Amino acid sequence: MTLDIDAILTNPDKNIIVCTGSGGVGKTTTAAALGLRAAELGRNVCVLTIDPARRLAQAMGLTELDNTPRAVVGISNESNSNGSLSAMMLDMKRTFDEVVESHSDPERAEKILSNPFYQALSSSFAGTQEYMAMEKLGQLRAQSQWDLIIVDTPPSRNALDFLDAPARLGSFLDGRLIRIITAPARGAGRGIGRIAALGFGIFTNVLSKLLGAQVLADVGNFVADIDTTFGGFRERADATYALLKDAGTEFIVVAAPERDALREAAYFVERLNQDSMPLGGLILNRVQEVPETGLTQDQILAAAQKLTAEGQGPLTAALLELHAQRMEIKERQKHLAMRFTAAHPNVAVQPIPALAQDVNDLAGLRQIGEALANQGITW
Amino acid sequence: MRNWPEATLHVVTGKGGTGKTTIAAALAIALAKNGHRTILMEVEGRQGIAQLFDTPPLPYEERKIAVAPGGGEVWALAVDTEDALLDYLEMFYKLRRAGSALSKMGAVDFATTIAPGLGDVLLTGKACEVVKRKDKKQDNAYDYVILDAPPTGRITRFLNVNGEMSGLAKVGPIKSHADSVMAVIASDQTAIHLVTLLEEMPVQETLDGITELEENNLPVGGIFVNMTRPPQLDAAQRAMAIAGELPQQEIELDISQSGLAPTPQLMEALLSEASDHAERVDLEITELERLTQLSRPIIVLPLLPSGIDLGGLYELAAIMTASGIGGE
Ligand SMILES: Nc1ncnc2c1ncn2[C@@H]1O[C@H](COP(=O)(O)OP(=O)(O)OP(=O)(O)O)[C@@H](O)[C@H]1O
Ligand SMILES: Nc1ncnc2c1ncn2[C@@H]1O[C@H](COP(=O)(O)OP(=O)(O)O)[C@@H](O)[C@H]1O
Ligand SMILES: [Mg+2]
Ligand SMILES: [Mg+2]
Repeated sequence: MTLDIDAILTNPDKNIIVCTGSGGVGKTTTAAALGLRAAELGRNVCVLTIDPARRLAQAMGLTELDNTPRAVVGISNESNSNGSLSAMMLDMKRTFDEVVESHSDPERAEKILSNPFYQALSSSFAGTQEYMAMEKLGQLRAQSQWDLIIVDTPPSRNALDFLDAPARLGSFLDGRLIRIITAPARGAGRGIGRIAALGFGIFTNVLSKLLGAQVLADVGNFVADIDTTFGGFRERADATYALLKDAGTEFIVVAAPERDALREAAYFVERLNQDSMPLGGLILNRVQEVPETGLTQDQILAAAQKLTAEGQGPLTAALLELHAQRMEIKERQKHLAMRFTAAHPNVAVQPIPALAQDVNDLAGLRQIGEALANQGITW
Repeated sequence: MRNWPEATLHVVTGKGGTGKTTIAAALAIALAKNGHRTILMEVEGRQGIAQLFDTPPLPYEERKIAVAPGGGEVWALAVDTEDALLDYLEMFYKLRRAGSALSKMGAVDFATTIAPGLGDVLLTGKACEVVKRKDKKQDNAYDYVILDAPPTGRITRFLNVNGEMSGLAKVGPIKSHADSVMAVIASDQTAIHLVTLLEEMPVQETLDGITELEENNLPVGGIFVNMTRPPQLDAAQRAMAIAGELPQQEIELDISQSGLAPTPQLMEALLSEASDHAERVDLEITELERLTQLSRPIIVLPLLPSGIDLGGLYELAAIMTASGIGGE
């Protein structure tokens, strides 16, 4: 089954596209290419990238990291369609700071922002990037300035992190443990049982030996300051999660034609299915294309060997070997793709050829965009 | 060893998916060559070693997993933060039983979430304990410790235990623990290697990572350029291929000689593939040059067409030996 990406991009009811997959497979590239294509098809698009390659960021005009969408220049308006493209790069710390600032009076915000525990949380905790990507998505969506938002996802090895990390972090911050341990005196430990309470007593004790009393005090202050201003971290995470389940959202899973990446993609597809989330399809990025010549790999290799054995035409022998190698790579990739499809027959799969060059200008993105929309691709 | 004569702790980092685990394992085999005893450690709780060596998940226990040419032994240990913290609690506070009860309640997880630095100190601490451990004859229990470490983006923070201490207690055993860890890691007993592919993003990450490690006075070792493909064409041929100037008639004649028909499809395929290949190779050469400018040892390893299995690890280890790593 092939993927009709233009039908998705031009569908006015679709207003969020999420590109996921494991690291390095081309999520950011795909997100940017989809954004450009949608804009050139007339949508008002914002692309939220997380970690673009330096030159790709430059090509989109993202020279400053200011955490706000900037108009991308160079969009073609051939079809007189009045589309537009904005792009931004996520700054997770800044996004977190803004959340804090918008939910508290300046004095309290200042207290939170200068809390060392908050500083660690907002810059180096596992899950913060995912949480803030979701948060930013929610903000962009609320601005209603764009009719299509395309979201790239953080470079985690586990694609499911994007879905799960925000809730995990949210539960941690809202959780019972953080309250008991940082403020046992508040009586938050009531109801956990005497033995457990004793255990926590020992642990709090050890914890302060390990971390120092100051650290625990910082956490305690953070919890107290946040408590009075926020509706709850978990609640916020759940609200954006709900947005992702909306019919206006479409997931695009990106994978390289390799075993590990496809395994990761399969987990993700199964999860979307389980949670009834809308899946557009699988982009199989950087596939080996080989022009059809009507010859088999064995025939090509035999010819190369004959030349080599006769000490003839080393250049031609090298070209034939190169061709045979590519046929082999393609076969292996197709085999992997077939196994994926056998297990997930309802998932549309769109192969994108590996370009010889990296994709780091609008022309390259346009080329990927065309490949994304090429329903007649023979691979 | 020629390059890092004093290094017993070899830390392997790199961008995600570039082959850290694979290279660390091959390095453990290469360093075990000729009767040495090495240990491969992983610290991210992913059971990458077990997957690679096709064994059941490793418990928190040192196990022999392979032998090396010339009678060496490769051992393995999978540590996670929880194990390391429980060890620590037992060692300094005699809290083994209470420790595991707390861990069941999620409290250990909690401690390492609240202070990510704590986990790092404990994991690097475990690696240093293994480095320093002596056997009954007071020789090193292991000649080399190879650490499959977190990716480049996190490596400086992971190793720079002193920096981590800002979030931890300034006194007591954890502090002296950290000091002794730092004494190993910031010395020439340690070499931090980076794995990369010849593509823009991983190379950039490698360059940035090295700068950051150097700024923090952490000892950078070599660069392992992984999954390279040998060029099929030489430089002159590549230039012609890109310019569309390959000698078509000659190629057509050769093809007829070889028993195939030089159909337009075949000619078109060969010429376009040649130019595509040439562009890729030239790009890879540019990236390799960026790395060469660092004047650090570079070890080039091929993409093994059939993927990585145990045999593949020995193959990569042999290439490392041939590049001057271990083996003495
Ligand atoms: N030289 C090589 N030839 C062929 N395949 C390789 C080579 N090196 C690594 N691979 C393959 O590349 C994939 C990634 O390798 P590996 O798991 O070692 O990377 P990693 O850097 O440890 O990844 P992660 O960041 O997920 O820990 C694996 O499937 C591995 O078999
Ligand atoms: N189809 C393609 N052909 C050639 N290079 C590609 C292709 N797709 C991605 N790349 C390159 O691969 C690298 C990683 O892509 P990126 O989109 O940043 O991955 P991710 O966001 O999944 O980590 C970039 O250098 C990009 O230019
Ligand atoms: Mg990316
Ligand atoms: Mg690994």
